[in-house]
Amino acid sequence: MAMTMAEKILAKASGNKELQAGEIIMANIDVAMTHDLTGPLSVESFEKIGTKKVWDPEKIVIVFDHQVPADSIDAANNHMIMRKFVEKQGIQNFYDMREGVCHQVLPEKGHVVPGEVVVGTDSHTCTHGALGAFATGIGSTDMAMVFATGKLWFKVPETIKFDITGKLQDNVFAKDVILNIIGKIGADGATYKACEFGGETTRNMTISDRMVLCNMAIEMGGKTGLVEPDQKTIHYLKGRSNKPYKIMKTDNNAQSLETIHININELEPQIACPHNVDNVKPVSEVEGTHIDQVFLGSCTNGRLSDLRTAAKIIKGKDISKNVRMLVIPASREVYSKAMDEGLLKTFVDSGALVCNPCCGPCLGGHIGLIGPGEVSLSTSNRNFKGRQGSSDAEVYLSSAAVAASSAVKGKITDPRSN
Amino acid sequence: MKGKVWKFGDDIDTDIIIPGRYLVLRDEKELAACVMEGCDPEFSKKVNKGDIIVAGKNFGCGSSREHAPIAIKGAGISAVVAESFARIFYRNSINIGLPLIEAKKISGHISGGDMVEINMDKGILKDLDTDEEFEIKPLPDFMLRIMKEGGLINYLKNHLKEIKEE
Ligand code: SF4
Repeated sequence: MAMTMAEKILAKASGNKELQAGEIIMANIDVAMTHDLTGPLSVESFEKIGTKKVWDPEKIVIVFDHQVPADSIDAANNHMIMRKFVEKQGIQNFYDMREGVCHQVLPEKGHVVPGEVVVGTDSHTCTHGALGAFATGIGSTDMAMVFATGKLWFKVPETIKFDITGKLQDNVFAKDVILNIIGKIGADGATYKACEFGGETTRNMTISDRMVLCNMAIEMGGKTGLVEPDQKTIHYLKGRSNKPYKIMKTDNNAQSLETIHININELEPQIACPHNVDNVKPVSEVEGTHIDQVFLGSCTNGRLSDLRTAAKIIKGKDISKNVRMLVIPASREVYSKAMDEGLLKTFVDSGALVCNPCCGPCLGGHIGLIGPGEVSLSTSNRNFKGRQGSSDAEVYLSSAAVAASSAVKGKITDPRSN
Repeated sequence: MKGKVWKFGDDIDTDIIIPGRYLVLRDEKELAACVMEGCDPEFSKKVNKGDIIVAGKNFGCGSSREHAPIAIKGAGISAVVAESFARIFYRNSINIGLPLIEAKKISGHISGGDMVEINMDKGILKDLDTDEEFEIKPLPDFMLRIMKEGGLINYLKNHLKEIKEE
């Protein structure tokens, strides 16, 4: 039977030969990730079940990233709960506060390989689909079930395949592509669907760029983002993971497959305007908008390529005195390489503030919050009301290039005019 | 189930339901004190036990934070009725035993402050102020079982062995 990649992965994980969208199955989980913010609830729920030991400590990965270092006694307490759990359960894959954002750390450390089922108590777990895994965000109680049994039920999703063709203009990036897609299909346009990204443009993209696409699948309601693994995927895995893997691909005649064709030759930089991610406009329509803070970072655009792009634009210039800019590398690896390449020096010299790898202001729960009436331009993935601090503040989302040009000019700026 | 309606629009996201800065909290009552703060800071003071939320499409979009349904349930809300729900929020709510009810085109027909009555068995929601009736979409069997056993934790307590051996 012709099947999609999502159906094939779930069939393998549930011991079925064939599967079709709509069926409800019980899948064996390959990787279960939780972090410092949603972890404590997961542990609490797990303990309520009454099972003493987790099903397989080797398949659990715990990352501290949302509130590191702890900014309050409550946060410190949450960290303590998680460290205790790690010790009690003998969990080896534990990244205390030095490694960075979970969705960057897991692929970097080789925890994700093609064909696996990855769940995480974080909605952006869909990012990991960039390596050809079925990866999805779940809640804490679902995670408690995974901890206890190694299994979780799923409704097999239908697939929307975005067939992306064309060549990106200079200073237009994967972020602009995904914002454009979300703007077109809406915040609930892909609810419950697997969002697969394909076409020549996707094939030409780096793994980092593919992660940007998959990361934001959830912002259109998607259950997961997926990219068919290829040589680039295999190359990325080299030296990171020695887990066996299986490459699965969507059959073109799969029944539950809907294909949307997108050509990006003419695409200009895109901005998601307050307060919804699907409120997307081309940069030309919002150029000149006042901003108070620029945030370069997060699991969407805090990777080395983003820092390189931004540093190239900023080098030798000063950040506008009306703007404060925060640069937060997504992981220790990114941070360290950015240091070697002199990118961090460029940022510091220009007047930006470079922080330790963490989620930063992305979720408005740790550092760099914005006050009432303030405006943030951010390379992250959500601009909901109150997302980065005050409910009376505004958040615009963009690529790293728009963020950097805007930080220099002190207002939203088209990086192509620099 | 009968209750007074609190009305919300489309795309009510998890940052509106419970902003990120409160996620360090885990206690149901503490979370309830900040519920819906993103759009109505006084909401937790106004809401009464048994009240019902009625909203438009894509309720609960955004984060996987289970704090969101916990805060709603903790505030005494007996059910959330919406035209559609975001996926993770939907699962999380059923898992913790917060009833979610999907009903098409409901948002434009029911006003805040109305009394509504929900009959799950008959699949009908009735606005007692206008006498209008709406068909509600039944929960999938499997979720209904979880709901009936009081949420996923209880369900697991009762069926752990079968699930492990499956
Ligand atoms: S960077 Fe933002 S979106 Fe990514 S995991 Fe952290 S809080 Fe979530």
